Amino acid sequence: MKSMEPNTSWLSRIIRPTSTRIIPGMGLSLGITIALLSICIIIPLGSVFSHGLSLPWDTWKVLLTKANVIQAFKTSLGTAAIAAAINVVFGFILAWVLVRYTFPGKALLNSMIELPFALPTAVAGITLSKLYTDTGWFGSILSQWGIHVAYSQIGIVVALVFVGIPFVVRSLEPVLETLDPIYEEAAFMMGASKFRLYRQVIFPELLPPLLTGFSLAFARGIGEYGSIIYISGNSFKNHTQAVSYVIMQKLNYADYSSATAIAIVLLGISFSILLVVNLIQNHHAKRIKGR
Amino acid sequence: MKGRYGSTLLILLAWAFIISMLLIPMLSVVFQALSLGWQFYVQSISTVYVMKSLGLTILVMVIAMLVSAIFGVAAAFAVSKFDFPGKTLIATLADIPFSVSPVIAGLAFLLTFGRLGWLGPYINQFNAWTGLDIRIVFAIPGVILVTIFMTMPFVFREILPVLLNQGREEEEAAALMGASGWRIFKEITFPHIKWPLLYGIILCGARAMGEFGAVAAVSKARGSTFTLPLEIDALYMSGTESAVVASFSVSSVLILLAFIMIGLRTYAAHKASHR
Repeated sequence: MKSMEPNTSWLSRIIRPTSTRIIPGMGLSLGITIALLSICIIIPLGSVFSHGLSLPWDTWKVLLTKANVIQAFKTSLGTAAIAAAINVVFGFILAWVLVRYTFPGKALLNSMIELPFALPTAVAGITLSKLYTDTGWFGSILSQWGIHVAYSQIGIVVALVFVGIPFVVRSLEPVLETLDPIYEEAAFMMGASKFRLYRQVIFPELLPPLLTGFSLAFARGIGEYGSIIYISGNSFKNHTQAVSYVIMQKLNYADYSSATAIAIVLLGISFSILLVVNLIQNHHAKRIKGR
Repeated sequence: MKGRYGSTLLILLAWAFIISMLLIPMLSVVFQALSLGWQFYVQSISTVYVMKSLGLTILVMVIAMLVSAIFGVAAAFAVSKFDFPGKTLIATLADIPFSVSPVIAGLAFLLTFGRLGWLGPYINQFNAWTGLDIRIVFAIPGVILVTIFMTMPFVFREILPVLLNQGREEEEAAALMGASGWRIFKEITFPHIKWPLLYGIILCGARAMGEFGAVAAVSKARGSTFTLPLEIDALYMSGTESAVVASFSVSSVLILLAFIMIGLRTYAAHKASHR
């Protein structure tokens, strides 16, 4: 079989083929892939980890137990979790409305959901900040009731809801599209109550994409920088310093060791979330195939 | 089957969210930008700083889109058409930039190419040897590299599902009939991925033009290594009333670009679904 192998580029000779390859171009496409992945992603991230390994254990302990670092992690994780939960609720409503109903302005609504993806985070940041300060359009109304969004953790949540909403909607839409209303009608005809219908027919199907959407929005939220630094006020006293802000502060003082230590913890959290997302998707894909 | 009130309520809730979270904020930018009149608006988006950062933003955007397209096509082709060990690893590695904080991306390049980075001494040696003054971080190459880091997987993510769905039979048949690799790609693979490719490139461009945290970490010189988002930040943070208005004027340019991107994307999606 090996002699029939038409592809003789160096890369395919190094990587043993697992089956006979007929289509040409493996060496070239894989070569480009590996080269770009290494130069642009693996080597730079590797530098962070290798720098982290060179730090003595005591440095780690001192750096990571500092009050402002611990507080920043609490702020980022807390606000990102609340924002992702809000996004799950509204993301579900938006996806449901977009898939199930026809109404005037649907196309506009659909393309508006892309806006937080396409809009620069710094623009979102200054815009929301201006809107929610006590003199802004929303802030002046809310402050009459004693709610101060800007320069508080609520402000961070608002900004994270803004940047996170497309993740939930886009995770849910494809699944909702495959969920045929016929099954719901069948369940309804057979006398299932509305509550049971939602609990036993719709909810189990939607749980994986809801979890995926939540995790993606959460992962984006804990590392977010541009959209939150203006509205948060970045105050240690008010607990509004995000982890990314603290890392940037360290970078500005050329304190690369502290920045690296904090970054590695944050990367660890992000990668765990990515792993959870992959597990959910694999599990779900298997369940569908198994039917 | 469903209560009519329920659907009306959900549609109203959806609109309320979109209007209060997205439409009003966008409108407010236009109001802020024009609050000192047209003349000031035109003046503030035509300063030397803005023009220079606009030029750099476009340069960075174009390079990031090119790299993302090349990587996306090559990686999706390799992963979908061939079997080799480590296939899932490539897909996993390509997902990493989505979950990395932009500030950490900046840190990664500082630790690679910066003064304390492990490649730093080699760059210095190379400069001493050739008499050149090549700088990566705190210079334009660094701005380009961090943006590539943040946006490289977008095209790959759009193309991969399409190619996995398409399978390999067509390419295998063509190869057995003796078609060259380039011809197979051009006449069989490419028509399948044309629209998702465009879709991914547009998304990549939108993110590249707006990348802020990562660029802010490796760019400190206003007027030479600042992209538009950094220029907006500099104006906003300077704090004077007119500079803040100017920052919204410049923002309105980026918002216009974002809407153009969304329009193109909707068009590409429409084309892709009616192939």
